[in-house]
Amino acid sequence: MSQADILDGLAAILEEVAGVEPADVTADKTFIDDLDVDSLSMVEVVVAAEEKFGVKIPDEDVKTLKTVGDAVSYIQRAGVAA
Amino acid sequence: MTPTPRQVVVTGLGATTPLGGDVPSTWEGLLSGRSGARRLTEDWVEQLPVQIAAPLAVEPPLGRVEARTLDRSQQMALVAAREAWADAGSPEVDSERLAVCVASGIGGVLTLLHQHDVLREKGPRRVSPHVVPMLMPNGPASTVGLAFGAKAGVHAPVSACASGSEAIALALDIIRAGRADIVIAGGTEAAIAALPIAGFAQMQALSKRNDAPETASRPFDKGRDGFVLGEGAAVLVLESAEHAAARGARVLGTLAGAGISSDAYHVAATDPTGAGAARAVRAALRSASLEPTDVIHINAHATSTPIGDVAEGVGLRLALGDALDSIAVTSTKSMTGHLLGAAGALEAVVTLLSLRERVVPATRNLDALDDEIALDVVSIDNRELGTGAGLSNSFGFGGHDVCLAFTV
Repeated sequence: MSQADILDGLAAILEEVAGVEPADVTADKTFIDDLDVDSLSMVEVVVAAEEKFGVKIPDEDVKTLKTVGDAVSYIQRAGVAA
Repeated sequence: MTPTPRQVVVTGLGATTPLGGDVPSTWEGLLSGRSGARRLTEDWVEQLPVQIAAPLAVEPPLGRVEARTLDRSQQMALVAAREAWADAGSPEVDSERLAVCVASGIGGVLTLLHQHDVLREKGPRRVSPHVVPMLMPNGPASTVGLAFGAKAGVHAPVSACASGSEAIALALDIIRAGRADIVIAGGTEAAIAALPIAGFAQMQALSKRNDAPETASRPFDKGRDGFVLGEGAAVLVLESAEHAAARGARVLGTLAGAGISSDAYHVAATDPTGAGAARAVRAALRSASLEPTDVIHINAHATSTPIGDVAEGVGLRLALGDALDSIAVTSTKSMTGHLLGAAGALEAVVTLLSLRERVVPATRNLDALDDEIALDVVSIDNRELGTGAGLSNSFGFGGHDVCLAFTV
């Protein structure tokens, strides 16, 4: 899956879970400070992303995903590994 | 006139109920004698002995994220609190002088039930991370506190069907004690689901008039057979009189006093002697510096259960004596059903409006007054009121008795 596809998929999840405008979802944005996704909603985002992209994102790795770009790269790598 | 120190006034009202999505439509519904009860149509209803309830008239108009992260009881509390806050003129207040007392009898039971289904069907990874803050009974108080930035304390007294009134009584104490200038106070309940209905039905607490939902809630009537479960929220903005005067607020009335007692009789059954209820009424009068003869109106707890309505009448007689004969009594629940932890808050709103508008909405479905009930119940037609104090009673499983006293 391309980075652009993953970004679009994440934007759809963020809109559904946290009401984030899809246009605001760009690689450089941080989930917590820029997009105002709190730690509880972040869990929902992760679970929805696992389902959508068919990957596993262990809890200890979630902490490393600060920006949308971090998540896109992680999902792409995890997808290839899977 | 200089306000009495720490007198507590009401400056805003909000509600979402089975009769309307706000206070004006709810009040209009009460004056016109509408019923909020209907037959339920959900799939899960068929298995139940009771198939009627009084759901919200208007679904909470909240965004998708709020709907996803807030239990229905929290959503309703937020709707009512926003209306009350706007009605109070969106007060400028030091956040460290703003408190919240918003109660629920049961808490986020709909969330608990739904997420339990998710757990069993899809596993723990799919359980919402919002489930704990959504089901905790202090969730609605926390939601309201966050919405308005309240930093003087957020409270959620839990006393079953007396919870809403107890929240208002606690708010009175907080303002009188000088711990806050404004308290957003009220109650909320969203429990129309198979398990709560089955449980109340097993207690023989609910009306089984499935074919006549609008006439099922019949407080004080000979033919009453239990309450109709309702849902909703109601909120009052309570404020120290000095604070209200200083900001030039419109004052709707005064929360003159509150009385709280407990039966120590049975975990759920009503004490038939009415002693606990009488102690709460007397305590409210003392707290308000009122005499029984000052009272012109009582918004009764009167849920339409066979034993409860009689015991309330006995308790009122104990507390008020002959003065009771000239007091106009009504039951809001004849139209709204029983909002459990929100009931006392809604009825506080209705009591205040009755005093202010000088009219008591009639108790509906009262065809024949129970011979054991010696009360002047307003029925058939609404009744004009003179000037005086109004009381609102709330009692709850657990033996909780709360009485609020209002003047305008």
